[in-house]
Amino acid sequence: MANSDSSTNPSLAYDDDPSRRDVILIGAGAFAAIGGAVALWPLIDQMNPDASTLSLASIDVDLAPIDEGQAITVMWRGKPIFIRHRTAKEVEEAKDVKLDDLVDPLARNANLPDDAPATDANRAAADKEPWLVMIGICTHLGCIPKGQAIGDYKGEYGGWFCPCHGSQYDTSGRIRKGPAPENMYIPPYAFTSDTKIKIG
Amino acid sequence: MAHESTYKPSTGIERWLDSRLPIPRLMNDQFMVFPTPRNLNYWWTFGAILTFMLGVQIVTGIVLAMHYQPTTEGAFESVERIMRDVNWGWLLRYAHAVGASMFFLAAFVHTFRGLYYGSYKAPREILWMLGVLILFLMIATAFMGYSLVWGQMSFWAVTVITNLFSSLDSVVPGLGTTLVQWIWGGFSVGEPTLNRLFALHYLFPFVIAGVVILHIWALHIPGSNNPTGVDVKTPSDTLPFHPYYTIKDGFAVVVFCIVFGVLLFYAPNWLGHTDNYIPANPLQTPPHIVPEWYFLPFYAILRAIPDKLFGVIGLMGAIIVLFFIPWLDTSRIRSVSYRPIFKWFFWLFVICCLALGYLGSQAPEGWYLFFGRVFTIYYFAFFLIIMPVVGLIERPKRLPGSITESVLAKHGGAA
Ligand code: HEM
Ligand code: FES
Repeated sequence: MANSDSSTNPSLAYDDDPSRRDVILIGAGAFAAIGGAVALWPLIDQMNPDASTLSLASIDVDLAPIDEGQAITVMWRGKPIFIRHRTAKEVEEAKDVKLDDLVDPLARNANLPDDAPATDANRAAADKEPWLVMIGICTHLGCIPKGQAIGDYKGEYGGWFCPCHGSQYDTSGRIRKGPAPENMYIPPYAFTSDTKIKIG
Repeated sequence: MAHESTYKPSTGIERWLDSRLPIPRLMNDQFMVFPTPRNLNYWWTFGAILTFMLGVQIVTGIVLAMHYQPTTEGAFESVERIMRDVNWGWLLRYAHAVGASMFFLAAFVHTFRGLYYGSYKAPREILWMLGVLILFLMIATAFMGYSLVWGQMSFWAVTVITNLFSSLDSVVPGLGTTLVQWIWGGFSVGEPTLNRLFALHYLFPFVIAGVVILHIWALHIPGSNNPTGVDVKTPSDTLPFHPYYTIKDGFAVVVFCIVFGVLLFYAPNWLGHTDNYIPANPLQTPPHIVPEWYFLPFYAILRAIPDKLFGVIGLMGAIIVLFFIPWLDTSRIRSVSYRPIFKWFFWLFVICCLALGYLGSQAPEGWYLFFGRVFTIYYFAFFLIIMPVVGLIERPKRLPGSITESVLAKHGGAA
């Protein structure tokens, strides 16, 4: 053939080497697919917590006014934090529980390693046993358990009772009965003085 | 039935349009002369009722959105302002809220109609699956709409339902939590959550409208099923859609509107929960969280299953299983009227759904929980065991030779 240059002779675009066409097709297709996936990411990620939400990081709480047997609820990251000044009897009950009797054997304490066992010592404030600080959200479907106010029904284990589907927590905030799978979570916090804590 | 077009443009404008965008031809072929079985009963009017209700929801919704504020501070108050200050606001909001109930009522009737007359069987599988998809989108839409009021029930329903996804933590640790925070746009249900629920509540009805068009398209390929389940065989089996079914559907819409009107004007809050007139309080869970009535059967299934992850799977499965009915039912006969054994199971299934609805409104304890479990098992057994097995062993009654024959036998006359 006189002129075999396909760029000047369109009829030669249909040359008889199919593999060359395939390379271009697959290449173009792959390029479009990857481009599409990359463009999708900002559209998905925009829904994640934004910078201002992430920066609402920590709060300070003064524990001095909370007498033994009392509890208060504060807000942190839009979640209720239960702070309970437990009585000696409540601490004793929590300590007497055998780990084998627990539904969830893990402490769920953000201040300890993930695999720390759910002993009362691992749940309560370090070296300040009467204090229990935890996220007051039922680990079943997120309701707020009853048990903070004096007159509340606290369930069979004397801790908290979730009205939604009947989960019962002990005085260490550990799940003992009902559909919730995990103990209530302990948020990251530390004592900044003898009577003050910083959560977050 | 896909049929030859009979449209003849009669005016100059129609001829001009016909070679450019032939909408008059489409309307004529699909909604005027469209051959429709002559024996359709009133259960077939719910499609028109549903289309009407989608229109009501979209129109009332758009005007509500002109006054509604999707902020945690302003939402509840803006709804109260709609009720008290906005001209006709009480009517528009009650029409939208009661309208959602009526919409679901019609959708459930329409779905049971399809189930009874075997309208999901070949060649209508895709038609049926699009219907299930619409039901699913309706559930999502109504759930998001209910959250917008930002009362106690709204807030806690969003909290509990979005938390369902955290059950994935037991499959891949951390996956559920990540997903839930992505849905919330924060660490709890809050302003970002409300904003996106509003954006999606506005969007979804239009997606539904799109799927409705596909649904009707899929319907108009084989044409309507009918109470005998026997295929259309001759032209004497059918009537033109207009005026026969435009009038019948129109009459049904009017009767439906009377019921709608009675609820709207005399008992607008009867189906709602009073707790939703208390502003959302993230620190206090109401003593009983109950969803709107149309979600109760699903809620009962969720609570009947003691495990968190399997509860969620049961809840989703209750809808997803519907997609597979065309292949789960092994019977060659469409209409349950000609299936002497399956008939009993079908009516038991209707009772099962009503019972689950009742149980969903009660605390899951004692006998309530026991029966919740019994009916949950029946719900799934109906589809997964009874449908395939009964279809194989049952001896159906004799079918009429044609639609015309069945109509004439009933009325004892001649064609
Ligand atoms: C598939 C159709 C729709 C359904 C099933 C539906 C359902 C609902 C429901 C159940 C509520 C709560 C009612 C209450 O208790 O007050 C609601 C509220 C609302 N919907 Fe819709 N809706 C639909 C379409 C729309 C559309 C198209 C819009 C347009 C933006 C809209 C805007 C609103 C607004 C602003 C509210 C909050 C005000 C209120 O509570 O009345 N909806 N919707
Ligand atoms: S949310 Fe607490 S038991 Fe379900």
